[in-house]
Amino acid sequence: MQNRLMDLVEKSTLKGSVPSFEIGDTVDVHVRILEGDKERIQIYNGVVIARSGAGPREMFVVRRIVQGEGVERKFPLHSPRIADIVVKRSGRVRRAKLYYLRSRSGKAVRLKERYAPTASAEAKTAKAERKAARAASRKAAKEKAATEG
Amino acid sequence: MRVGLLGRKVGMTQIYQEGGTVVPVTVVECGPCTVLQVRTLEQDGYHALQLGFDDKKRKNARQSERGHARKVDTEPKRFVREVRQDGPTDIAAGQTLTVQLFGEVGRVDVIGTSKGRGYAGVIKRHGFRGLRASHGVKRMHRHPGSSGPSADPARTQKGIRKPGHFGHAQVTVRNIEVVRVDAENNLLLLRGAVPGPNGGYITVRQTNKV
Repeated sequence: MQNRLMDLVEKSTLKGSVPSFEIGDTVDVHVRILEGDKERIQIYNGVVIARSGAGPREMFVVRRIVQGEGVERKFPLHSPRIADIVVKRSGRVRRAKLYYLRSRSGKAVRLKERYAPTASAEAKTAKAERKAARAASRKAAKEKAATEG
Repeated sequence: MRVGLLGRKVGMTQIYQEGGTVVPVTVVECGPCTVLQVRTLEQDGYHALQLGFDDKKRKNARQSERGHARKVDTEPKRFVREVRQDGPTDIAAGQTLTVQLFGEVGRVDVIGTSKGRGYAGVIKRHGFRGLRASHGVKRMHRHPGSSGPSADPARTQKGIRKPGHFGHAQVTVRNIEVVRVDAENNLLLLRGAVPGPNGGYITVRQTNKV
């Protein structure tokens, strides 16, 4: 009962849909900036190294290198100031928090790219399946021959 | 009419405002409240509305509570409080008041019962600093130290802050901003904290602070 009311309030402040992105992705964060009374959008590009919190409190951290200096910015995911988040590149990572990137510099900062399952990958799995099926049928024929003989 | 309603603290969260500012809010389930009785100057010596919030099972209510509720054709209430009025109002007993009343009210006072902390020492209860962690202090780290001079006056002054029961007392927080009124769900969002635990009953009234 109490939680239902809490959810109601929290849902009302959430964005309807949040662009999906993962840890290790290189993203463009479109930030609304108010200059005088004019609004413009600034793009902050970098690697998502952490996501934390839940509901209206969810935050994410984007790290980039500016003039050889590491800069991290923490954004509230549901803030109206965040206009958009565009995934530019997906990195293959094995942990949820990429704080180890802080102690790295130069080439070591790069992350291997993660690709969505492509046509060639699908073909590969299909081939493996066909091979397994063939082996099974051969085995069945062999057993049949053995029982008859 | 001085606006006042009874409600229940649901909990705290934060919401975004249009410019992207985050506001910490307390969610209060406020009303609907039934007016159980109207106090008047002639009869009672003062003007007030007696409100009831949250139904109680009839079997759990006293005979007197049942009778009191029957007069205005409602169920016995778990939380009954009065809201003072400056003069006679056009509200009659038996009427139901909803959170919509707060639509025009910018700031409110909240009266609640603070969280009980049991028998607490002076550090928690009065913010004393205690004694040092080392340098010869022997098992007196959270003690109050001296409670006054010795031979003269040879007694402890009245009103010296001591350990004792802390919390579970009526607390009024005045001049709280109303962030949002949700008439559909009977919710009131107030900026910042209000006294008491989640689920605790509170009185919300138009602020009397000028």
